[in-house]
Amino acid sequence: MAKREYSYYPGCSSQDGASSSNLKRSIDTMCEVLDVKLNEIPDWNCCSASIGYGSGGVLPRMALSARNIALSEQHNAGQDIVATCAACWLATKEAAERFKEDENFFQEANTALAEANLKMTNQTPIRHMCEVLIEDIGYEALSEGVKKPLEGIKIAGYVGCQTNRPFGIAGESFENPMYLDKMVDSLGAEAIPTYEKKVQCCGGALAFSEPERSQEMIKGIIEAAYDNGADMIATPCPLCQANVEIYQDQINERFGTKFEMPVVYYSQLIDVAYGRSAEDAALDGQIIKAKKLDDIAAK
Amino acid sequence: MSDMNTAMVEKYRNDFLKEVEANVEEGQWVKMCMQCGVCSGSCPLGNAWAHPPQEIFMMIRAGKRDEVLKSDSMWMCTSCYNCIVRCPRELPITHIMHGLATYSKRLGLAPKTQPTSQFSEIFWNNMMKRGRVNELKLGLSLYFKDGFGQGIKNALANQKLGMSMMKAKRMSPAEFFGGHGIKDASGLQKMIKKAEEIELAKLKANT
Ligand code: SF4
Ligand code: SF4
Ligand code: SF4
Ligand code: SF4
Repeated sequence: MAKREYSYYPGCSSQDGASSSNLKRSIDTMCEVLDVKLNEIPDWNCCSASIGYGSGGVLPRMALSARNIALSEQHNAGQDIVATCAACWLATKEAAERFKEDENFFQEANTALAEANLKMTNQTPIRHMCEVLIEDIGYEALSEGVKKPLEGIKIAGYVGCQTNRPFGIAGESFENPMYLDKMVDSLGAEAIPTYEKKVQCCGGALAFSEPERSQEMIKGIIEAAYDNGADMIATPCPLCQANVEIYQDQINERFGTKFEMPVVYYSQLIDVAYGRSAEDAALDGQIIKAKKLDDIAAK
Repeated sequence: MSDMNTAMVEKYRNDFLKEVEANVEEGQWVKMCMQCGVCSGSCPLGNAWAHPPQEIFMMIRAGKRDEVLKSDSMWMCTSCYNCIVRCPRELPITHIMHGLATYSKRLGLAPKTQPTSQFSEIFWNNMMKRGRVNELKLGLSLYFKDGFGQGIKNALANQKLGMSMMKAKRMSPAEFFGGHGIKDASGLQKMIKKAEEIELAKLKANT
């Protein structure tokens, strides 16, 4: 397999010691086994996700993304930008599209960028890692490399909102996307295509500011996974992962439930199916242990 | 910023729709709404919205300036983008909600203690310091936003969560002393300052 190269935007939450550092570790392993090379954008900055609007107007917010695009053009010329965080991908892609639609706005962003001695042409495609897997590698190639099929694990594919809307994955439906289920199948695990909460919002950033209301939605997401007989939930989004995993104790206290549902990333599934250790798959980053995956990794 | 509010009231008098079209992100789309109600049925926190998006659009056209800009409704938007992919008229509803929130805050009309508005501000300031978000300080400022006593209470309530995050190496006390950041933070700050200037100059030109 020829080595594929991309310009990588990992995002704040993926840094060492941050809430989804386990996503980054598992992605690094995944890229090793799939022969993908990620070149981190030097000195990339935060994109302010979907929550900066209280203080940041539209131009300042999108200038943040412009800086990352400009740095990528400068240092990783000709490479597609690939993000692993749904919100990073969305913010960057949204900014790039807005610059294309509105020449004036594009000029203004470049005027702001000049203050940081940067300039962007905005020709770079902005992609999600899932697009790389599906479009550049493909389900078939993905399943060919499986060394340890994830047999006997039933997985609820939780796509969430922002990996899926407004851009989503080409050819997939907004209301009932199937790509995560197809990935799960390719790895030899059992998908649940009728998991009805697959695109339910978890509250996103409002999990911090409106915890009661958000936890009610998170409860529904986990409950439906149990109802469908899932052993674990898998997701592509770091905030979905955190929101659905880490508040289970608080939800149990609030609602008298007894949840203990592991929530993992697609990349961790791939790592284990490709024969890598639990540590390489960053399964030590689980607050709720994904025992069935640990067992296969240890085999 | 209340000077700007007075100026805007003066200028647009009875035409709030025009004011929104000129000054709110994607505001020019509001008049395209055909009041079908699909968006309002799509908000995950639907029952928490005093005025769901469809109603907000109607109120803008009806000139209900104060009711809209002082409302906490837009702050209930989770940025789930359900509405955008469903709206038959393809209004960028999410962005209009963000834009109304930005605008109401700029004019000093947003409810002062709205938690998402406060969180949004804390997030922005946190990120601006070093160009990347410091999650530990973000969490701490959120806990302590209502004062020290409440902060300790909030922190204790989340203590177990914090401990398990640290054990899983997904939270780091080292972040308290500096932590992650970019090299060219000053370049980034200058860039944002410029972007703000450009945007404010446009708003001023509209007053
Ligand atoms: S989405 Fe969040 S984590 Fe990702 S760069 Fe933006 S602010 Fe940072
Ligand atoms: S499901 Fe939650 S975290 Fe994921 S994209 Fe939606 S709001 Fe964001
Ligand atoms: S879905 Fe679109 S057209 Fe229908 S009420 Fe909402 S904004 Fe208006
Ligand atoms: S993005 Fe905001 S306005 Fe649109 S459906 Fe979601 S919560 Fe409602």
